[in-house]
Amino acid sequence: MRFTINKALVTAVAALSIWGSATAAVDQIDGAGATFPYPVYSKWAQAYKNKTGVQLNYQAIGSGGGIKQIEAKTVDFGASDAPLKKEELDKNGLMQFPMVMGGVVPVVNIKGMKAGELKLDGKTLAEIYAGKIKKWNAPAIKKLNPNANLPDQQITVVHRSDGSGTTWIFTSYLTKVSDVWANGPGHAKAVSWPTGVGGKGNQGVASYVDRIKNSIGYVEYAYALQNKMAYVQLKNKAGNFVEPTASNFQAAASNADWQNAPGFYEVLTDQPGDKSWPITGASFILMYKQPKNPQVAQAVLKFFDWSYANGDQMANELDYVPMPDNVVKLVQQKWQDQIQGNNGQAIWPPQQQQ
Amino acid sequence: MSAEYAGQSLAPERRAIGAFGDRIFHGVTAVSALIVLALIMGIAVSLVIGAWPALSKFGWHFVVSSEWNPVTDDYGALVAIFGTLVSSALAMLIAVPVSFGIALFITELAPLWMRRPISTAIELLAAIPSIIYGMWGLFVFAPFLSDYVQPWLNDAFGDVPIVGYLFSGPPIGIGVFTAGLVLAVMVIPFITAVMRDTFEVVPSVLKESSYALGATTWEVARSVILPYTKTGVIGGIMLGLGRALGETMAVTFVIGNSHSIPNGLFYPGNSISATLANEFTEATGELYTSALIALGLVLFVITLIVLVLARLLLLRLSAQEGR
Repeated sequence: MRFTINKALVTAVAALSIWGSATAAVDQIDGAGATFPYPVYSKWAQAYKNKTGVQLNYQAIGSGGGIKQIEAKTVDFGASDAPLKKEELDKNGLMQFPMVMGGVVPVVNIKGMKAGELKLDGKTLAEIYAGKIKKWNAPAIKKLNPNANLPDQQITVVHRSDGSGTTWIFTSYLTKVSDVWANGPGHAKAVSWPTGVGGKGNQGVASYVDRIKNSIGYVEYAYALQNKMAYVQLKNKAGNFVEPTASNFQAAASNADWQNAPGFYEVLTDQPGDKSWPITGASFILMYKQPKNPQVAQAVLKFFDWSYANGDQMANELDYVPMPDNVVKLVQQKWQDQIQGNNGQAIWPPQQQQ
Repeated sequence: MSAEYAGQSLAPERRAIGAFGDRIFHGVTAVSALIVLALIMGIAVSLVIGAWPALSKFGWHFVVSSEWNPVTDDYGALVAIFGTLVSSALAMLIAVPVSFGIALFITELAPLWMRRPISTAIELLAAIPSIIYGMWGLFVFAPFLSDYVQPWLNDAFGDVPIVGYLFSGPPIGIGVFTAGLVLAVMVIPFITAVMRDTFEVVPSVLKESSYALGATTWEVARSVILPYTKTGVIGGIMLGLGRALGETMAVTFVIGNSHSIPNGLFYPGNSISATLANEFTEATGELYTSALIALGLVLFVITLIVLVLARLLLLRLSAQEGR
């Protein structure tokens, strides 16, 4: 009876099914979460699709959303800029691993002030955000910038209006360097901002700073570059003023002791080191230790494995910092130890098929 | 041809079928109407259930507290309620007179060739998605306000008592004032469209009699058109107010999203719907989510109160009729 059907169609169907079984049964993986690494994930996904035909469908709905979605099991992996504590991971049977690193950068809009011209330290930054320093020509700012032309104008603080991993990293830094901040708003994905206006997403903050004169905001580094914003130099723990560059993010990241961080819970803000950029953070992936569909989980791991191996160049182009090789080894060891299929066997490394 | 006559001319069996059809029709429409009631009840019940953890923890404190702190899990709705009411009130203050003017111009004063294009333009304005208004507000309107309007208003009125409150704050172009203006632009087409439609049904005889008695256009509008169409006019205003209270995207863009009671209309504030849009996806923890749902419940109640007030107003107006 097959002969009654158009010959070409039969051939096509046959060819498709052979091709399908030869490569992988899974041709789409779903993830959701942080917006911070979205540009680099989508670049990796595009390249991976061209290579393997497996499509990654990543929804950048925010870190909190990513955590919620993976807990609701509607996605194959979640992504968050704020790592979960080990207890929270264990409670839900999740494991997490760092995928990529980047920097959060304070940006200003002051007439005549060029990128990298303004210098701030953590304490001053915290007091600006706490509303304690109200004008650009305040003594604390003047002391750090004796030669700069600081206007006698009110500072408009711009922060995130939505909960955000970027805010988590930023407030982690402010909490570490300032008692005023630690005892006030504190450290979270969303805090009670003492002053200022809120923009939605990195893009929202960037456009507010762009539009409001004498404002200061904080965005992920790529947004500062793309929008050609005037970023500031920050004084790091070693007492040096540093510029936000990939190599300075790398310097901060190299301090991380991933080996001894339970559940890879590691915060990279305010790290020692001469060149360390003080507001550096990693973005994390969340997966189930016992995924309901091990085949899909394996496909997800294959994508991340491929990205670790081939994605460094693409990450650098977008000014993210790829994970160092020794950390990747550590992560893959954890995949092998912790993620199990239905029969209790490790699904990583994948068995050679055929 | 009266209905009685039509009924008599039909054969008895046709009449039976007709009655049966009527019953079905009655049933279908009744079910549709009941679905609406069930939906409203369902929404109310699920809002209350979702909001319960926050409401039972904070009680009345929730509505009067201006605290909104995800770190310490302390939530109050006052800032959002304030922003919602003030921005909507500002919008209505501007939109109602302007809409009245447009509608009156279209129906009474404009030369015939102009009426169609203006009406179409109004309807087109109503069809623009709210996010476009938001982006226009942020990228075009806010910088304009910040550069030209707000500094001038600040200088002119900033020191005047009471009025000064309306026009004080940093001239950054983003805040409750801008939100109110953008909302006004958004609701004008709605109110205008309804007003125009109701003005059009005023019988010419009434208007022409008044003109014949020597009334001016304003006197006709005030004493003939408005009393005749008050139900429709109030309905249109309520439609606009409902839209202003619940508007989300446009407000989120321009209101500033700051959880503090603004010291002036130029200061950034927050509205209920903007808070929900900003924070719902990222709200982790039961109490946080619950507080956001409680905000939704508050908006639901505000809308209900507005509707009830509108009804009462109409009742009072119709009671005064003929006096």
